[in-house]
Amino acid sequence: MNMAMLVSILAVTVQAGTSLVFATIGEIYTERSGILNLGVEGMMLMGAVAAFAAAYHTGSVWLGVAAAMATGGVLALIHAFLTITLRTDQTVTGLALTIFGTGMTSFLGQRLGPAGKPLVGLIGPRFERLPLPGLSDIPFLGRALFRQDLLVYGMYLLVPLAWYYLYKTRPGLHLRAVGENPQTADAMGVSVSGIRYAYTVLGGMLVGLGGAHLSLAYTPGWTENLTGGRGWIVIALVIFATWDPLRAVVGAVLFGGVNAVQFRLQAAGTAIPPAFLGMMPYLFTILVLVVITWWEAFRKRVGAPAALGLPYAREEKG
Amino acid sequence: MRLIIEKRLESSRLIAFLVPIASILLALLAGAGLLAAAGVNPWQTYRAMALGAFGSKYSLSETLVKAIPLMLSGLGVSIAFRMLFWNIGAEGQLAMGGFAAAGVALFLADKIPDPLLLPAMFVAAFLAGALWGLIPAGLKAALGVNEIITSLMLNYVAILWIEHLFYGPWKDPQGYGFPGSAQFPKAAWLPRLTGRVHAGLIIAIVAAAFLWLVLGRSKWGYEIKVIGENPRAARYAGMSLARNILLVMLLSGGLAGLAGFGEVAGISHRLQKGLTVGYGYTAIIVAWLARLNPWGVLLVAFLLAGLLVGGDQIQITMGLPAAMALVLQGAILFFVLGGALFAQYRLRLVRRPPGLSTSAEVTE
Repeated sequence: MNMAMLVSILAVTVQAGTSLVFATIGEIYTERSGILNLGVEGMMLMGAVAAFAAAYHTGSVWLGVAAAMATGGVLALIHAFLTITLRTDQTVTGLALTIFGTGMTSFLGQRLGPAGKPLVGLIGPRFERLPLPGLSDIPFLGRALFRQDLLVYGMYLLVPLAWYYLYKTRPGLHLRAVGENPQTADAMGVSVSGIRYAYTVLGGMLVGLGGAHLSLAYTPGWTENLTGGRGWIVIALVIFATWDPLRAVVGAVLFGGVNAVQFRLQAAGTAIPPAFLGMMPYLFTILVLVVITWWEAFRKRVGAPAALGLPYAREEKG
Repeated sequence: MRLIIEKRLESSRLIAFLVPIASILLALLAGAGLLAAAGVNPWQTYRAMALGAFGSKYSLSETLVKAIPLMLSGLGVSIAFRMLFWNIGAEGQLAMGGFAAAGVALFLADKIPDPLLLPAMFVAAFLAGALWGLIPAGLKAALGVNEIITSLMLNYVAILWIEHLFYGPWKDPQGYGFPGSAQFPKAAWLPRLTGRVHAGLIIAIVAAAFLWLVLGRSKWGYEIKVIGENPRAARYAGMSLARNILLVMLLSGGLAGLAGFGEVAGISHRLQKGLTVGYGYTAIIVAWLARLNPWGVLLVAFLLAGLLVGGDQIQITMGLPAAMALVLQGAILFFVLGGALFAQYRLRLVRRPPGLSTSAEVTE
């Protein structure tokens, strides 16, 4: 394997991993507040279709991004209303969100094109690669990391910010408190419901942004089930990352890497049937999940927020 | 004035009955809003869906055809959900059942006497679905691996696997490039009752009766119930969580596998594209709406199958996406989930009494 090939694999890894990073950080924030949202796959699909449709009709990729984030946020708000205010089961509500989002994108994908025609197969605006002057000339890494689109650079900025906010700021402390011990947070005068609403919606917006990167940059355009299970991989990545934004990057790079290698192999025309190569990301997810679960049990440490998945109502405290 | 939510002291049967119905009506109303926004007449669309699904003898039989896999996989999902094991891998278990049944029909037909061929396919499909379900169950029981993700990931693997077969090694050489295996011999066809309704319906009814007896009348059914409601109490009572996870998923995956058997042996008579059209996901909604009751599963499966057939109908006659049915399914589930609160709690508007400080008030 030569240098140029490694650079290209690494560049595709970053491309494939970007949507995963956005969505994983979004879901980490949601789960840190104690809300499990299994609707990631549905929100990501809705984000992707909204981004592409908006960008296609307005000609602006940025309006596409805004539409995706708004859509993700609204869907997450439904989840928040059901699970926080109406105290529904979080697992089933999240599944419902994914089922609803999948059906909805299939419906919209056939209606949102020009004059009510399908969106499938249309070519719209996309994020172009924008080599950063100076940085992109760094040998090897510069060529792989800094000849990317603007959303990728946005992701580079988001990761440290998300980590800093969560661990080093006061609002970040409140967020973690609500997820670990809502009673104490409540007694401290922090609004448990308010925080849970806010971060569930914020999480949905980031998941929508991840969807936008898929339909506007990584695989520009819209096809049904564009995400292909990425939303579920995100749920696994959150566990892998032990709810830490920095470790989310490691996971996303691993999965992006598996995707990149799989594409390379398919393009190179190996003897391995494409279906088996296609299974790699899913089997890899299972493998990683098994290893991380075993490792956490071995170290007798659980990274999940203590109140994850539990509804909170004042009169039931104590 | 503010809104407070308080627990109902007693839950009335009337409320328990009215709330789900009101929820479904509200979901249809929300769907009507969506249809109106898409520029079509909601009333006409609903009418076309209802007629397409239940309006004639033919449409009723087509609804039953789609209800069969929903019944079988819905029953499978419901027993796993009873002990809060989130099996969302029914789609993959159905695919593996179809694969195993097809394998027996295609390659063992000349080695097995004709009358035994269908039973052999039945057993193979059950075992294949069960084994596929035992992977997430085993990982959960042994290591505590999150079953939602593993069972879902295995759906993608199973679907890619059967696609590989009917696009590749099992592809019918005389199929003019159609993605499907060769047709099964006649001895591997499930008998039909009426129209395209096949004997899978009887299997589903027998399975529901079996589950109803086992869950309601046996010690094992009691154990599952206790584990689902209070896993800690179950552990103190000496019930083995791991053993029950494995047993339940054996049955759950097996039933979904039988749904795959019904599809290939009763409908397509080959392994072909279109086996996995999302029955396994709709099964989740079926199980939940039926409140995990076996007879309820049969009824809800029939109604949701009507929604699917109605969706196909509006695609043909009105040029509307069939996916409308999936949107409505999701919406119904949302509203029923949200509505459940109103069966247990009630909302009350209270006027803030003058002179009382706000901090003394009980909120939420």
